[in-house]
Order: sequence, then C-alpha cells, then structure tokens
Amino acid sequence: MKTREIVLPGDEVKLEGVKPRNGLHRCGESAFCSSYFGTVQRSEEYVDVVPFCGPYMPRRGDKVIGKVIEIGPSMWIVDINSPYTSLLHMNDTPWRINSGELNRYMKVGEYLIAKVLSLNEIKESWITLKDVGLRKLEGGAIISLEAPKVPRIIGKGGTMVNMIKDATLTRIVIGQNGLIWIDGVKENLAIAKEAIELVKNQAHTVGLTDRVRAFLDSKKGEIIGNAE
Amino acid sequence: MGTQSDIKLIEENGLRLDGRNPGDLRPIKIEAGVLNRADGSALIEWGGNKVLVSVYGPREAYPKHNQDINKAIVKARYNMAAFSVDERKRPGPDRRSIEISKVLSEALESAIMVEQFPRAQIDVFIEVLQADAGTRIAGLTAAAVAIADAGIPMRDFVTGCTAGKVNDKVVLDLSKEEDNFGQADLPIAILPKSKKIVLLQMDGDLSLEEFDTATSMIINAISRINEIQRNALSAKVKVDDAGGE
Repeated sequence: MKTREIVLPGDEVKLEGVKPRNGLHRCGESAFCSSYFGTVQRSEEYVDVVPFCGPYMPRRGDKVIGKVIEIGPSMWIVDINSPYTSLLHMNDTPWRINSGELNRYMKVGEYLIAKVLSLNEIKESWITLKDVGLRKLEGGAIISLEAPKVPRIIGKGGTMVNMIKDATLTRIVIGQNGLIWIDGVKENLAIAKEAIELVKNQAHTVGLTDRVRAFLDSKKGEIIGNAE
Repeated sequence: MGTQSDIKLIEENGLRLDGRNPGDLRPIKIEAGVLNRADGSALIEWGGNKVLVSVYGPREAYPKHNQDINKAIVKARYNMAAFSVDERKRPGPDRRSIEISKVLSEALESAIMVEQFPRAQIDVFIEVLQADAGTRIAGLTAAAVAIADAGIPMRDFVTGCTAGKVNDKVVLDLSKEEDNFGQADLPIAILPKSKKIVLLQMDGDLSLEEFDTATSMIINAISRINEIQRNALSAKVKVDDAGGE
C-alpha cells in the first residue's frame, strides 16, 4: 500500500520553493524541520506536516462537537476534546434564558455542535450556538478519532463523508475536534462506524476513497432500508 | 559505584564480562504505542532493562497554582517497580527517583515545544519494570518515542547513553556489574540533530581525557540509538497498514 511521505520530529523537510505552514519549525539558516511524527502534505503554495495523532487546538470558526461538563450561573463549561475546556455563554445561544436556569436547556453530559467564537493567547475559548446547523445533539452516538485525521474523514469537498452517509443511510455530523455524531438504524450505524474506523487506520495512505467505496459496496446488502 | 571488588570487569583479551567490546552497546529494542488508553506510549528493552513509558496530555495543569501562563509544564515521573531489582525495592518515590524525575523532566522540556500549550501539563510516566544499569537513560530514550507517538510537537528527539570507567578503561553503556563495581558512570542525553546536551550527570571520577573519550563515544552511539527510536515509530505505521488490509 502506498503511503504519503512520513517524517519524524527533527527531520528536515525540503520546501521545494513553497512556503512552510503547519507542523514545521525553523532549524537552521533556511532549513525547516518537522515538529511531528506525521506525513508531509504539499500543495501548490504550502508545505504542511500533518501529525498522525495529537491534541486538538481550537481555531476561530471551527465547528466542534462538545460535551457539557459543568454548568455555571450564566455559562456552560464544555469539553471540546482539547487540552482546554471551552465556555458557552447563555447569550450565545438561540434561546431566551434566565440566569440560573441553564440546566433546563442543556444538562451535564449532553452533546452539542457549536462554533468557536473567539479565543485568546492563553487558549481560553468561547463557543456559540448562533449559526446555521449549530444545535444540541439529541439521540445518536458519539465516536472519536484523532483530530488531525478529520480532513480525511471529510474528504475533498465532503466526498468521503457524503459517500458514507449515502451508502449507510445515516446522519453524520463531524466536529473539527475529532468527535463525530452519528445517528441512524442500529445496524447501519455499525457499518458506518466500521467505515470510519477504516479511514482512521489508513489515513496516511493514498487512494483511500476507493478502498472505502469498495468496503461500502461489499456491505450494501446489509444496509437496512436500502431501496436497491 | 566505587564498591571495592576483585571482580575482573575486563578480561585479558579486552572483552567485557558480557563479551562486548568497550565501544559496544547492549541490544536495544523499542516498541511504540503499546498502551491503548495512554495518549502515547513506548516500551524499551535495553540489555536487561525493561522500561514502560506512557504519556498523557497536554491537559490542563492541576493544581492550578502550578500552571504557567507562558508554557506547558512537563511532569516526568520516574518510578522503579518493587520487583525491578534483586532485593525488593520499597515502593514509592525516594530521594533517587525524585532527582531522576526532575532531571528527566528538564531534559524532555528542552525538546518539547512547551510554548504552544500555555497552562497545560504533559505527564510522562516512566515505569522501570526491570533494572539493569542505565535506567534513566533508557527511560528518557523511550519517553522521547512515547511523546512523538502522542503527537506532541518536538524540536528533536531526546536520545541518551552512558559511558563509564571500569578497570581504568573507558567503556560505553555500562552493565549492572560494571556500574556497581566500576570507577565512574556518566549518563548523557543529547538532542541528536543539534547535538545539544540536555542531561549530564556523573558519578565517580574521570580525568579530562577520559571524560572527552567518554563523551565522544556517547555522541557516536547516539546516532545508532536514534535510528532505533526512529524505526520504532515508523514500524507502528507499517503495522497499521497490515491491519487495514
């Protein structure tokens, strides 16, 4: 199986005339080295090193799936699968809430899909529910994967996730932080989970979409509610 | 160290007790990702040493007054299992392991990009399952692999090795007998790319020339050990491939 170029921390990455971006640090006059154990990804303008795993660091505008872990008088404290917890203020929700009544809208342990509103130098972050598609996640199941692998699950322009959605007749919401909410018939869920597991294990290989398609085709007969 | 003994640690033919040449390392084997629950882990077998390292974090540092607003704190905990040595070791931290934990934390901190994670802490648990001289260096070498396995950004690996003096001769990578009955022990850890020294301790006496010989022997060995560290990580991705097919 062909894989992408693998680098280890401290390995020099040849820039080949493009700019270094994520996962690289300066290690000499004009040399750049990898900061991670991961794969090199080259685009027309940039070189990135994408680690195989590692913590999720929130960025403004990211859509993340979080879990309420604590409730204050006017804030929910949300675990967003990152080294730092995030805050959701009651004014950043679509509901009209009185202070102290947050419990009536979201309880500890419930999941939500939210957007990172802002964050500061010391990595305190605030999230919001005020945008299209952002909501409390009811029912379904949560599965997790390493945050750096999220782009592979989504695929180019969402091809991978749409393929899994269509083939398994499930609803899938992906958070940039590596948590995935997935809902549907129990049997279909299991197959979708298997497909995601496949992407997780082979995220660094080339031609992944074709292998996932082959896997989904082989499971076609087992999907419940499939019209064909 | 320094215990008087009649044991001949180097035989007439110049070989050591275990048949090694003065510049030979003991066999080293590292496996990365051995624990599923930890964020990163590694198991190293270095001669008779067996050390298991697990890495957790970065996560919010507790207690809160320990948080550093500018960087993450690295908390390494070196611990010897009660059964790791011949005579049962009383469990728990003692003077020796507290000191080693401190120097290992500092060595690792120089390689990890701690400034990317303000207020956080990175836990590194170094559990010595079987001790056979040079456990701090074995633990540190494995810890670097475990940290890379956890996906924590690093400037470089940390690689360590020891040298020492036995029977008035400078030798690389002391074994247990050489450590106990030898004249000096010199553990050094280096960032292999930049050749920066991040840990240097010495027990016993070395003359200046001997010290130079010992350090150059170690620097020589570092590249070999680093290669083993790198292979441990690369092997992990290859296994994933086989599992996927």
